[in-house]
Amino acid sequence: MNLEGLEMIAVLIVIVLFVKLLEQFGLIEAGLEDSVEDELEMATVRHRPEALELLEAQSKFTKKELQILYRGFKNECPSGVVNEETFKEIYSQFFPQGDSTTYAHFLFNAFDTDHNGAVSFEDFIKGLSILLRGTVQEKLNWAFNLYDINKDGYITKEEMLDIMKAIYDMMGKCTYPVLKEDAPRQHVETFFQKMDKNKDGIVTIDEFIESCQKDENIMRSMQLFENVI
Amino acid sequence: MAAGVAAWLPFARAAAIGWMPVANCPMPLAPADKNKRQDELIVLNVSGRRFQTWRTTLERYPDTLLGSTEKEFFFNEDTKEYFFDRDPEVFRCVLNFYRTGKLHYPRYECISAYDDELAFYGILPEIIGDCCYEEYKDRKRENAERLMDDNDSENNQESMPSLSFCQTMWRAFENPHTSTLALVFYYVTGFFIAVSVITNVVETVPCGTVPGSKELPCGERYSVAFFCLDTACVMIFTVEYLLRLFAAPSRYRFIRSVMSIIDVVAIMPYYIGLVMTNNEDVSGAFVTLRVFRVFRIFKFSRHSQGLRILGYTLKSCASELGFLLFSLTMAIIIFATVMFYAEKGSSASKFTSIPASFWYTIVTMTTLGYGDMVPKTIAGKIFGSICSLSGVLVIALPVPVIVSNFSRIYHQNQRADKRRAQKKARLARIRVAKTGSSNAYLHSKRNGLLNEALELTGTPEEEHMGKTTSLIESQHHHLLHCLEKTTNHEFIDEQMFEQNCMESSMQNYPSTRSPSLSSHPGLTTTCCSRRSKKTTHLPNSNLPATRLRSMQELSTIHIQGSEQPSLTTSRSSLNLKADDGLRPNCKTSQITTAIISIPTPPALTPEGESRPPPASPGPNTNIPSIASNVVKVSAL
Repeated sequence: MNLEGLEMIAVLIVIVLFVKLLEQFGLIEAGLEDSVEDELEMATVRHRPEALELLEAQSKFTKKELQILYRGFKNECPSGVVNEETFKEIYSQFFPQGDSTTYAHFLFNAFDTDHNGAVSFEDFIKGLSILLRGTVQEKLNWAFNLYDINKDGYITKEEMLDIMKAIYDMMGKCTYPVLKEDAPRQHVETFFQKMDKNKDGIVTIDEFIESCQKDENIMRSMQLFENVI
Repeated sequence: MAAGVAAWLPFARAAAIGWMPVANCPMPLAPADKNKRQDELIVLNVSGRRFQTWRTTLERYPDTLLGSTEKEFFFNEDTKEYFFDRDPEVFRCVLNFYRTGKLHYPRYECISAYDDELAFYGILPEIIGDCCYEEYKDRKRENAERLMDDNDSENNQESMPSLSFCQTMWRAFENPHTSTLALVFYYVTGFFIAVSVITNVVETVPCGTVPGSKELPCGERYSVAFFCLDTACVMIFTVEYLLRLFAAPSRYRFIRSVMSIIDVVAIMPYYIGLVMTNNEDVSGAFVTLRVFRVFRIFKFSRHSQGLRILGYTLKSCASELGFLLFSLTMAIIIFATVMFYAEKGSSASKFTSIPASFWYTIVTMTTLGYGDMVPKTIAGKIFGSICSLSGVLVIALPVPVIVSNFSRIYHQNQRADKRRAQKKARLARIRVAKTGSSNAYLHSKRNGLLNEALELTGTPEEEHMGKTTSLIESQHHHLLHCLEKTTNHEFIDEQMFEQNCMESSMQNYPSTRSPSLSSHPGLTTTCCSRRSKKTTHLPNSNLPATRLRSMQELSTIHIQGSEQPSLTTSRSSLNLKADDGLRPNCKTSQITTAIISIPTPPALTPEGESRPPPASPGPNTNIPSIASNVVKVSAL
């Protein structure tokens, strides 16, 4: 019995080796095709922005400003689009002490208006045009859009808390005074006290804009970055 | 900051609008870019080859030659270009560094030439990118070793003054070419090693027969002669060993070294043989001892550099050889087991047990094929053939690979250790750079407002002098400042943070020193006043005593923009150095903890003269220009 079993195994091994040999010579096709097409898919996505004149018409930047912006953009992202990882990396270089990934995530969603997971140069310019050259109303709109994480038109306390935590995360650990656990929450309370007129726990766009327009600090600080480019 | 990131600074600043509605305090003013030039192309002529780039590209790294005003020294008025009389090939790499932020090291370039060029352009070699850093460091190390070797050989040719007798002897032993006596000694010992080995060999050759008995080996026929030869050799070896022991700089280390062990093993059998008598029961052991006499041949390794290298490389490839041995053992056991069970049934099988099959497997796998054990069953034959085929693969193929692996693996091991050592240093460097960037912010918070308030004074010369930090830096700092304002917390460095934690019990907010708010409308809010209370209690022992104009009543004015840096300066005990040279007509002021002395900074009025201000209190500050600007602001 032993012998026959071993003989079977021996013969089996010989047959397997033979089949492998034939495969090597290409006489028998292997099971799954290693598609060459897979490699082509790995090629990076490239995105070319629209023509300069079109962008100039759509945004409030001059041609020269667009040129400078695009040169910087293309230098960092040769493929023409920024994905969320690169975005977070770039943003974290400005805030070395803290963790800016959460806030960068919210920012990315605010810039990526068509929600395709990548910020192209047009999205970039659209956002910057509002932030740097837009009216105060537009800027406040943009800010509201940033805070409204799920884009349902209302800012709830939870959303605001997330945003606030993200902002405080960017400060990091070494702050003066020492960052307390409930500092974001307190800040949210202050914010809601100011903004939520009818005390229903959510801030709508109108309440937001109205309250901001009443606050001189906010109005002044909105003009702060006019001369960035 | 990295070059490319500077391009994204406008975006990061624009995104800061997202913090504005959330902030409770007013934001600091942004640094204005008064001298904004249109970006222009500049031409760099390096030994005739013209490179062109944007001016802003070069200004990304303001602490290098090309990024600072140092390049103006090379400006050629006639041709309106910058001329450098340097190597254009290396300049290509340098310029690419400005463009991409990564410095590369070309392999064809000589390491010292490259270093010279980098030093000329003011670029640290540590910035070389990961892709080229290892190569750079290797070449640098080789170069350093070469220099060291050159120095050593120079030193060796000088006459060594007053070496002790021991040291001369040791040098003679280690380098036989130093003196004739050493050379003689070297050759004599070599000769006697050869003689000893040959006698050991010849001893066993049968030479001639004594009539009436069987053939005798020469050793027994001419035993006296061989004994004399052996004695002579052993005496020479003993003398040599003792001399080396005497001359060795560290006896303990010498005794533990491999060569001395070989020496001892080579001469021990003789002495043991002398001591022992011709006892029957120990004669077996005695014979075994004679085998050790063959170790004398290893003494040749002192005479041959090649043997030493071989021994060393074997040692370093030991893991690879060990793995080969392990895989061989696995294969042997597998095939021996299979062969045993395959041949179990056949009659008169030689495969009596698995260990007995080991012999067959080894002989088959190494393709020796003695034929003393052969399988008889079909299964056995099939497995036997598989065994020999796999033996060819397992043994014959890796052997040439291992031979060439000797040098490759040896160097690879070295490189792995090197990389690990370099990695630690590089991580430390990156960490330092990171803290450097955050420290730069803290540092320039104090003079960040310098630039701001400079614009307020409107004096052109002051603005010009104030632009020590680059525009990008001031904008970055302004960005961080806005974040601070938004969250009502401030960035501080690690030590201050720990210090504050320890001193948290000591903090008291003196309610008596309630801030008297200035009449400046709309600027002071609760957050600012809260912050001002903390100015007083932190120690500021190492602030320099500076000229104090007048002391005023204690009160603190909260003025929006300029206060924060003064607070931080009082908290952190760093001093600004940069500003001292800038404002010659400013008087620096001092903060002391106990006394709230309001220094009266000279008011830099638009007229530009300095005069002591009236009894207008200013905040505690030790920054000359800030103080003056504070006054300026409060006078509004």
